[in-house]
Formats: sequence, structure tokens, C-alpha cells
Amino acid sequence: MTTQVAETGHDDHAHGPAKGITRWLFTTNHKDIGSMYLIFSLIMLFIGGSMAFVIRAELFQPGLQLVEPNFFNQMITMHGLIMVFGAVMPAFVGLANWMIPLMIGAPDMALPRLNNLSFWILPFAFSMMMVTLFMDGGGPNFGWTFYAPLSTTYAPPSVTFFIFAIHMMGASSIMGAINVVVTIVNMRAPGMGYMKMPMFCWTWLITAFLLIAVMPVLAGVVTMMLMDIHFGTSFFDAGGGGDPVLFQHVFWFFGHPEVYIMILPSFGVVSQVIPTFARKKLFGYHSMVYAIIAIAVLSFVVWAHHMFTVGMPLAGELFFMYTTMLIAVPTGVKIFNWVSTMFKGSMTFETPMLYSIAFVILFTIGGLSGIMLALAPVDFVYHDTYFVVAHFHYVLVPGAIFGIFAAVYYWLPKWSGKMYDEGLAKFHFWVSFVGLNLTFFPMHFVGLAGMPRRIPDYPLQFADFNMIVSVGAFLFGTSQLIFVFILIKTLRSGKAAPQSPWESAEGLEWTIPSPAPYHTFATPPKVD
Amino acid sequence: MLQNVRILSVLLAFFPALAWSEWEVNMTRGVTDTSAAIYDLHMIVFYICVVISIVVFGVMFWSMYHHRKSKGAEPHPFHESSTIEILWTIVPLIILIVILVPATKTLIQTYDTAESDIDIQVTGYQWKWRYKYIGQDVDFFSVITTPSDEIYNKAEKNPNYLLEVDRPLVLPINKKIRFLFTSNDVIHAWWVPALALKKDAIPGFINESSTKINEPGIYRGQCAELCGKDHGFMPIVIKAVTESEYVAWVAEQKALKQKEASASQKDWSMEELMAKGEEVYNKNCSACHQPTGVGLPPVFPALKDSPIALGPIQDHMDIVFSGKAGTGMSAYGEQLSAVELAAVVTYERNAWGNNVGDKLLPADVEKLKGGK
Repeated sequence: MTTQVAETGHDDHAHGPAKGITRWLFTTNHKDIGSMYLIFSLIMLFIGGSMAFVIRAELFQPGLQLVEPNFFNQMITMHGLIMVFGAVMPAFVGLANWMIPLMIGAPDMALPRLNNLSFWILPFAFSMMMVTLFMDGGGPNFGWTFYAPLSTTYAPPSVTFFIFAIHMMGASSIMGAINVVVTIVNMRAPGMGYMKMPMFCWTWLITAFLLIAVMPVLAGVVTMMLMDIHFGTSFFDAGGGGDPVLFQHVFWFFGHPEVYIMILPSFGVVSQVIPTFARKKLFGYHSMVYAIIAIAVLSFVVWAHHMFTVGMPLAGELFFMYTTMLIAVPTGVKIFNWVSTMFKGSMTFETPMLYSIAFVILFTIGGLSGIMLALAPVDFVYHDTYFVVAHFHYVLVPGAIFGIFAAVYYWLPKWSGKMYDEGLAKFHFWVSFVGLNLTFFPMHFVGLAGMPRRIPDYPLQFADFNMIVSVGAFLFGTSQLIFVFILIKTLRSGKAAPQSPWESAEGLEWTIPSPAPYHTFATPPKVD
Repeated sequence: MLQNVRILSVLLAFFPALAWSEWEVNMTRGVTDTSAAIYDLHMIVFYICVVISIVVFGVMFWSMYHHRKSKGAEPHPFHESSTIEILWTIVPLIILIVILVPATKTLIQTYDTAESDIDIQVTGYQWKWRYKYIGQDVDFFSVITTPSDEIYNKAEKNPNYLLEVDRPLVLPINKKIRFLFTSNDVIHAWWVPALALKKDAIPGFINESSTKINEPGIYRGQCAELCGKDHGFMPIVIKAVTESEYVAWVAEQKALKQKEASASQKDWSMEELMAKGEEVYNKNCSACHQPTGVGLPPVFPALKDSPIALGPIQDHMDIVFSGKAGTGMSAYGEQLSAVELAAVVTYERNAWGNNVGDKLLPADVEKLKGGK
């Protein structure tokens, strides 16, 4: 229990948060910590997004106009790292913090102090990573995948700060994941068996296990880099008996489960939202759960499909091609289930539903280009081109980010007790939707036509599509200011939200008042 | 009105590239049997994906239109059906197997590197390619020739902007060519779309791939693996020629090499060395140390006023010759000829206000080369 509780006693009446800054510094309340995570990730989204602006501005036209190639490389690296570790992952942890206790009927997360620590590591980790941009030699410039030896022997001196920052982010993620597992396993309300849990909790439980499994692998690989740089080892240096490809194997053993870490909680969100607005139970709950587990298990045996061109033996290529294709099966099951949930429902299209439908459509497009990329011989052409960039932005932006938007619009009335402006939110959706497709769809074309990724300048035949992509990116980026405006407007002057603002939403979170009181479910609810 | 014209002219200025750009939306079919097989596989999978999307999105849009609350749709209570769930697990599995059969075949085809006619070692350097025709005594670097004025928008860009090199890789058609890829520093990837060939060049390891070009022509490609600052500026140009033209070209290269060897015996004057040195410097050194010698500290140190360029000539020569371990400075002893080494060291000691006044003669470098 918290110190505040100790001071104010264990009386039954609700007590509010501490006053001033200490509320946020020392809080152990899952709702406060959830809000901090979400705000942090929003700030990171804008920082990472402004780096994307620099990238797209430079690529607006052929030639070098705005930045030098070395700074361009720092921008692509930081954009990737910030979006992955700073925007998407903390947003999901924020949603988990807010919603998991409310959805399973628990009073708080199981390990509240750990919760506080895992959040407060992040601002320091990201500050450290970002100040490298102002150091001598610049920040990390080797891509977010930081392949050795470019990131070891040939790296700028600031790489050591980058390694330490990654360590801190990893520690934060592991703590957050342990907290989720312990909470879900131990603190479900009486009567809530595993197979009665809301799908969001299921996806997060699996995500948490993935995090616990792979974040130490990431920590391992950056430690090996550190040893190579400062302590004379040669893990990744062939001259000393090491192997640069070993880096890629270890990195992608982390990296592939990581991409599922960034999508599974979104699966959970849309599995909550679609049934609500289709006014129909989620189709195939059980097979949805098994599909997530299957995806998670398979994610550990597909990593080398990121490395089809490193010169693996034929047997290796075949193995990773087959396992990767296999992932399409459980993923397909999930998409078919969402579509069946909508089928013969009674649908309305409020903003969370719009984002969820866009999620299903655009994630499917990203999934289909994933099937194309899984074919090793064709990947020899696709690999490291804009086709790959298009693919992973299609799964991450409408996947992870749209999932987060759906979640925020869906649960914002519960968090704040106010309704957002539906018209404005729909406007935000449509501008984002158009901007996103304008940005990422033409990338398929330039990629197939032969444009490599991570280049600051390009041959002339790619000029037209790149200009369109840049215009789309400016539209998509700028339209996120509408989101901020909607949030502020809701908090300042939104209409009061009822306990359950959505007509047929199910779940424990809708049985408590809006806004959710500072302490909820002090006595566990009964679930039948 | 005047303002409109001004806006229009600004807009038009954004489109100088329009004249050359194409709205190319698909992969090239290429000029080898393998690239054609890969292209066909790509198209098959693409069409399968299109059909799947039409079915999935069709059902989705149909229900979004008909099963709306505003149209009075009532929700049906069904939410489970083992039959249909088994069905949509099995059917995709069958589709995948259908795709995997040709994919496996094509993959095996690309892995056939046995019994080649010509072997070429391709080595990636930051930021250029080196081609060594094994057993032929032909060995050269291929460096980008796009002028920096074009890159920095001071001159109009030519149609082969960023895809042009000083010495293309000359290959005969209808011969099986085996490439052996490796790297001198970081990981690069050698990619030519027309051959559908992309392979990583990894320091300390050798990868192999083979190709057989069906049509003569010029085929252009780029490095595909982020390899540092000038990753976007290390193109690949292949000139595919008939066999007789290829034989003539090889003979020409050998003659060139002999001429170079005799040049090192000549007594070079300061002016000659400086002129040659500037050329060599701009080709090999200026990407990091910058055309004005100021470098990009701290990663790429300045040469202007540097203790090495102003210190004893022997130390200066050593670092150029052997490189500096743990940094981006590679050993140029094996990359450059004696004349080039002598000229570039002389140039660095006497350019941009460095004024040591001494010179290194090719003959001295030759001795050092022999000694090491």
C-alpha cells in the first residue's frame, strides 16, 4: 500500500490524490501512472514525428537540400527508436495500467512501487538518448536496428550513451511486463476465469510474456556491443574470431517478438471495440485466444526472415520461409473473426469503431505484403527497399497507432468523465486516414521500382512518388495536432459522460462511475 | 495576379525532375532467367493477395453497408462455429502451400552457384565497390561520379544522377558468373534490380551468388544496406557485353595495368604529383576528410593543420598505407597504386594551406610496398 494510504488511514471512504508535483513523482496509483505513460508517449510521438518531418522534407526532392547525410542517418535512427520504444510501447503500458485493473476488477496493479519506478526510468532514458544528438560526432547514426560493426567499430563516440539508454528502457519494459503478469495471474475478480477475461487482458498477458522473454536478449546484444567497443572483445568482429551476422541473429531474436509486442495489445483493443459497436459478442473468443498464443510462440522461430540476404544456407532459408508463412494462419483467423463479428451485427460508426475498422483493413494490407516479403527468393528484391518501409509502416501505424487512437477515444469518457467532440474526432480520423495512405501507399511503388531505404538522396525516377509521400507525411503529421486539440477540449469543456457511454459496451470498466474514482474495486466485484 | 505567377513559378521549380521521372509502380522483370522467375512468383503472390483482399474486404464492406443500425439491422446472436473456424484455418494453409511450391523451386534455382565460367570478387568499402576478376589480374575500384554540384542543386541533374560510376563492372552475356561478396569495413549489400540479385557483403566472410545475363545493356543498382554516411552514394553499374567485346576489354585492362606499373618508375615533379594527388584525394578521401581537408571531427579528423600531415613524411605514409585500426580509416596500401599513394600523400602535405614542401616519390612507395 502507498504511503498516502498509511497517512490517511485505512478508512472505507475514498481519498483523493496527493497535492502538487508529489502526486506524480511518488504516485503508486495505476490510473496516475497510466496517464503519465500515455502523456509521455504522446510527447514522444511528436518528437519522433518531427524527425519524420526532417526525413520527408529532405526526401521531398532529389538532391541534398536541408541536412547532411550523417544527420539524416541520425534522424532515421532516432525516429525508429523513439517511435518503437518511446511512443508505441509506453502507450500500450499506459493502456495496460489504466485498463487491466478496471477490466479484471482489481484495486490496482499488483506491484505499485515497481510501477512507479518503471515509468520514471523512461524520461531519463530518453533524455539520455536524445542528448547524444548534441554530442561531438552526433547521435546514433546506424539505423534503429544498429547492425554491427557500423554500430561498434565505426560508431560515433555517443554510442555508449545509446547502449545505456537501451538498457534503461529494457529494464523499464521488463518491470512493466512483470507487473502485468502478476496482476493478471493473481488479481482477477472472483469468478473471472482465464477464459472469461476481456481480450485486451489476454493480449497483454501474452505480450508481457514476450517482453520478459526478449528484452533480456536485447540487453545481451547491446552489452556485447559495449564489450566490443570498450573492453576489447570481438563478438561481432571477424578479425578477432567473431561474426557480424551473430549480431543480427541475436538482435532479431529480440526484434521479431518485439514487432508482435507492438501489435498484440492493439489486437486486444479492436477486439473490445468492434463487438461494442457491432452490438454483438466477439466471434470465436476461444480461437482468438489460441491464435494469439500461436502467434506468440511462432514469433520465436521466424527471426531470420529479416536476414534472407546475409547468406544463410538453403535449409535455413527454407525453414524461416515456411515458419514465417505459417504465421499468416493464426493472423488470418483473427482478421476473419473480426469480420465475422461485424457480420450480421447492428453497426454504428463512432470514432473508436472507425479506427478499428481502419485497423482491420490497413493491417490486412500490411499483413498481405508481409506474405510477399516472407518468400525468400522475392525478398532478395524487396529486402531493404521502400517496399519494406511501406510494409512495416502499414502494420505499425494503422496497426499499433490506430489501435491506440481507438483505445483512447473508447476509454477517454471513462478516464476523464467527459465526452470528446464526435464531429472533430471523426475529422481527425479521416484526415489521418487519408494522410496515412498518401504517405505509405506510394512507398510500395518506389520500393518495387528499386529505391533502397535509408538513403538521404535518390535517383530521379523516384522523384514524383517521393514528393507525394512527403506531402502525405506532412498532412498525416500535422493532423495529429487535431488530436491534441480534441484531448484539451474534452478535458476543459467536454460534456459529462455517463457511466457507460456506449450503447452495448460490456465489461467491468463500465460498471464504475465516470470519471473512474481514484480508487476502484476496493472490494472485488463478483463475476458470474 | 503577380503573386499567383510567383507561386506558380515556385511550384514549377519543384518539378525539375519531372522530365525524367517515371510513374513506375512495379518490379522489373530483369534480364536473367532467375529474375524472370522471381518476377513471376511476385506477380502470382500479388494476385493471390488481391483476391484474398477482395473476398475479406468484400464481406466486410457488405456487412458495413447492410448491417448498420441506421438501416434497422438487428444483431444476430451467433458467436461461435467450429466448422467455419476449422475451415478458415485449413483454407489459408492450402493457399500457403500452393504459394510455397513455386517459391521453394525458385529459391533452389537462386542457390545454384556451381560450375561458373567467371568468378568475380566484389568487396564493399565505405563508400565504393571493388571488383576483382579472379585469375584475370583485373582488379579495380568503382566510384560514384555524380558531381557534388548536382547533389547540392547547383547544377542540373543528369538522367543517371546517383547511378553513375567511373569504371563499370563489365560482364559477358550468356556466361555463368559467380560473385564472391565480402567487405573491407562494415556490412554493405550489392544490389542490381535487373539481375534480381541482392547479397550482403560482410567483413570477414564470403557470400556467393551467381547470375547469367541474357541481354547486353547497362544495368544500374545501389548499395542496399545502411553502411554509414554515404550509403546513398555508392552505386553499381554493370555493362553487359558480348563475349568478344568482353575479351577485348580484359586485354585492355591488362595493358592499362602495365602502363601504370611503368609510371611509378618515372621521376614525378611536384606539380604532377599535386595534380594527380588532388584527383586521387577527391575520389578516395574527400567523402570523410572533406574536399577542403577540414574533416568532420571527431569521427573524421581534419587533415588541414593536422600533426600527421605536417609531421614526418614516414608516419604520414604509414597511416595512409596501413590505416588506423578501430576507425573508419582503412588501409590504402592495397587499394591504391604506388603513384596514387605518393601523389595523395604529397597533396595532403601541400594543400589547403598545409605547406610542408616535401614530396613522396612513387619509387619510394614501391619500395615500401615491396617491404611490407
